[in-house]
Amino acid sequence: MNDKVRKPSAEPLLWEMGARGRLAFSLPERDVPEHPLDPALAGEGPDFPDLSEPEIVRHYTRLSQWNMAVDTTMYPLGSCTMKYNPKTNDRQAALPGIAGAHPLLPPPLSQGLLRLMFELEQFLAAITGLPAVTLQPAAGAQGELTGMLIFHAYHGDQGRRRTKILIPDTAHGTNPASATLCGFTAVAVPSGPDGILEPEAVARRMDADTAGIMVTNPNTLGLFESHIREVADIVHAKGGLVYADGANMNAVMGQVDMGAMGVDVLHLNLHKTFSTPHGGGGPGAGPVCVSAALAPYLPVPRVVLTADGFTWSDDFPRTIGRLHAFYGNFGILVRAYSYILSLGADLTRISPLAVLNANYIRAGLRNHYHLPYDRPCMHECVFSDKHQQAHKVTALDIAKRLIDFGFHPPTIYFPLVVPGALMIEPTETETKETLDRFIAAMQAIAAEAVEDPERLRQAPLHAHRRRLDEVQAARKPCLTG
Amino acid sequence: MRFLPHTEADIDAMLAAVGCKDLAALFDDIPADCRPAQPLHLPPGLSEWALNRHMENLAAETATGPGYDIFLGAGSYDHYIPETVQQLLRRGELATAYTPYQPEVSQGTLQAIYEYQTLTARLLGMEAANASVYDGASALAEALLMAVRITKRRLVAISRAIHPHYRHVVATYLRPTGLDIIELPYGPDGRTDLNPLDDAREPAAVAVQSPNFFGCIEDLAAAAEAAHGDPATLLVAAFTEPLAFGLYPSPGALGADIVCGEGQSLGIARSFGGPGLGMFACRNAHLRAMPGRLVGKTVDADGRRGFVLTLATREQHIRRERATSNICTNQGLCATAAAMYMASLGGTGIRALARLNYDKAGYLQTALRNAGVALPFSAPVFNEFVMQLPPGSEAVYRRLLERRIVAGLPLAPFYPELADHYLLCVTETTDKAALDRLVAEVSS
Amino acid sequence: MKDIEELQFPDDVRYSKDHEWARPEGDLFVVGISDYAQDQLGDIVFVELPETGRELQQNEEFGSVESVKAVSELFAPLAGTVMEVNGALDDAPEKVNQEPYSDGWMMKIKPADKADFEALMDRDAYLAMLKG
Repeated sequence: MNDKVRKPSAEPLLWEMGARGRLAFSLPERDVPEHPLDPALAGEGPDFPDLSEPEIVRHYTRLSQWNMAVDTTMYPLGSCTMKYNPKTNDRQAALPGIAGAHPLLPPPLSQGLLRLMFELEQFLAAITGLPAVTLQPAAGAQGELTGMLIFHAYHGDQGRRRTKILIPDTAHGTNPASATLCGFTAVAVPSGPDGILEPEAVARRMDADTAGIMVTNPNTLGLFESHIREVADIVHAKGGLVYADGANMNAVMGQVDMGAMGVDVLHLNLHKTFSTPHGGGGPGAGPVCVSAALAPYLPVPRVVLTADGFTWSDDFPRTIGRLHAFYGNFGILVRAYSYILSLGADLTRISPLAVLNANYIRAGLRNHYHLPYDRPCMHECVFSDKHQQAHKVTALDIAKRLIDFGFHPPTIYFPLVVPGALMIEPTETETKETLDRFIAAMQAIAAEAVEDPERLRQAPLHAHRRRLDEVQAARKPCLTG
Repeated sequence: MRFLPHTEADIDAMLAAVGCKDLAALFDDIPADCRPAQPLHLPPGLSEWALNRHMENLAAETATGPGYDIFLGAGSYDHYIPETVQQLLRRGELATAYTPYQPEVSQGTLQAIYEYQTLTARLLGMEAANASVYDGASALAEALLMAVRITKRRLVAISRAIHPHYRHVVATYLRPTGLDIIELPYGPDGRTDLNPLDDAREPAAVAVQSPNFFGCIEDLAAAAEAAHGDPATLLVAAFTEPLAFGLYPSPGALGADIVCGEGQSLGIARSFGGPGLGMFACRNAHLRAMPGRLVGKTVDADGRRGFVLTLATREQHIRRERATSNICTNQGLCATAAAMYMASLGGTGIRALARLNYDKAGYLQTALRNAGVALPFSAPVFNEFVMQLPPGSEAVYRRLLERRIVAGLPLAPFYPELADHYLLCVTETTDKAALDRLVAEVSS
Repeated sequence: MKDIEELQFPDDVRYSKDHEWARPEGDLFVVGISDYAQDQLGDIVFVELPETGRELQQNEEFGSVESVKAVSELFAPLAGTVMEVNGALDDAPEKVNQEPYSDGWMMKIKPADKADFEALMDRDAYLAMLKG
């Protein structure tokens, strides 16, 4: 038997299966007559394959088995906070009165849902220390855009158009891209030798043409920006605003007050800190929390409480407008609300345990991998492949080999300031035993890099697919079948 | 707390390994001036049972079928979602994975998205579709920004018969860019009046929606001809109800250059408006100007078929401030749901289901007209249309609400000239008895 | 990535600090990227080139080359007018990897001032910069 035949074969594509006339859908009974249709207006209908229900179920079940996921293994993708996603949250979001709710119901017919949004806003305000909240942005990047639109509108009201924005070199790529959409030119601020922002570096660049600064805190090196208060004072003194990317909020919930830190605008990623499933790349949600002074700029409509109960209001003349067809990714908001209610006061235990887990990995691997900033970290630790490069083994090879040990790889080659970065974020939901296994796997890989580097370069050896040819995919794009 | 596995013994052992005396010491880097003045105070956590009760109480306040007859569409549609779609989507391997950056262990997500891209391109009559954006409204804003990038022009023309919320989102996205927007009015038949285009100077794009906000099928071929009178101008065709393309020709077949809209109809719950699915498709010539993620087919080191994220150099994590969009996370699981739904219907099923929607709306139109209710717009429709009630209709609307009928969406808040006009939607989930009840109530 | 000794640096072209090269061809100059640049970039998957007729300043960005996970801007080694671009790279960007000084050329430019060319680095100066 040919070796290739024995390996798992490709799952057919949908249109490689089925037969014309099959149906996997229960069509409702027709209780009205056909209505006349001008044949000149009718189309041919799409060229979809016809499949039966068992074919659909088996196809997607098989596909699902080729994924690694939080439900199958530790998924320490740095900056993505791949924590356990409680099943109860999905149950709540699927309740008929939630999943079946039409967004344009008159408010008296959707009071419970408005209350949920109102209370979630209050929870997020309490957690961040910023008093006003919009739940509308559909993802972190849209939250950033919301923040930049607020910057733009605020400076417009001050009668001064500002053209630049400061962004540390450790920032997520979405930061400069979001700022550019609002006409701001990104000015890079290099981090200091200890991996954090130096107030002098900000002071040198901050001027009256600069709208403010976008800071991720803790930053993407997993370090707390301990000069943040001073940085904020420098920016505010020149009339600028401080934006905080809250992607890494899982490190500091209950530990910091963003308002006290001098932050004016902050976005949260509910799919990170608040445990909503990542869905293979969304949907997420990116609520934005702002200071009282910036509350008038929040998107509309906003939930307000009146004598008659909750209702929608568009009556905010300084609003930046609207970001979403309706109110954002409500189903995700429900899950985050359910998560907060489940944890309650235990919410403040998350960050200490997330930080403990990251430091435990740091301690377990610091003698095996280069640690460019060798100091205690927050929720994630960033190593590099510097030691392994002597054996021509790269961060990519290490990541791929980790798959053979049953773990999802960490984030690699980010942040850009660390060449060959391996960014590991375990989250608080991993057990000590799992972390011990992960550390042992990483140590074994470090040893292999010396003894058998070729094995790493060939990895993964035990995944559904070996390394894929990304060059061919990009040179001759084939995006549809 | 059941999500947090650490025992006291674990914590002690780990603190010792880390070299910290207690958990609080882990935060020594945080200066005092960044700390909360008061500890965060939250109520005690709820047990799973108590949480269920609380959530059921909140949800019970919502009006939904079968207790209510809800004739609302306007960008969010009540279509039956097969149990298979709902159950398969809950598989943790799909739901709890992330962006497939590591293709060797993400082939499930990648193949599912590749299939979604393919079915979407076929449905919309286009050459390429991305892995989705947030929703129909931001898809339209992204499409217009894409047209501006391609043409390097500063003006876009937008039909006033596009969903008002979508136009609001477009205005929000475009405000800081200084781009100009002109609005094309709608004519007496409910369709976009293209004549003002004759005076528009070099628009980057002409955007229309079909079926439009009033449910009317636009003459997309005429819109394409009007837009392409200037060869550089792109026709952007938006939609909120993709099921219509099971009956009517696809926007691509009629000459659209970029097609974008909301895919909630395709197997995704209404969920009070989100998460939905921003569907986005274009012609190959414009592929590199398209925002959002793309999955492509390739082979692995053994020559076996596989899938990867590709053309990533357009995206923010590589091109940063010069990216085609700031979008990062998309609506992956919703795209997967839409693919499951499209595959469940198949070509045969989508034609039948679309026709049933059309026939039900047609039945209600005929019945209302026979009962003397005015239907002001004459253009053909799919599953939505506008009815006009006599002045003072608010009382009628309220009376129907008391009888548990939501008689469509009042249009006056969106179009001041359309007082007493209501947008009605009928899908396959509305039975004939409910249609007859509505007719009886509004004409009594 | 290769060692500098393994790379080709012909002496009939001159080099810019941004790793472009230029070679005289009649009244025009042919422009491409050096073997060092293509090696650093890795497998090139797409080349974006300017429209013919465009006026370029010296060191102005005229296009970009993309590998799977990186984009690098291209900078004009000398000022002038773009007369022709290498359309073959649309379908075969790998030519830049394979033959950076011949089939992998990018554009032909009519110089505004031929002195720009003389100011570029010769092979030895460029090698000295690379070994810096």
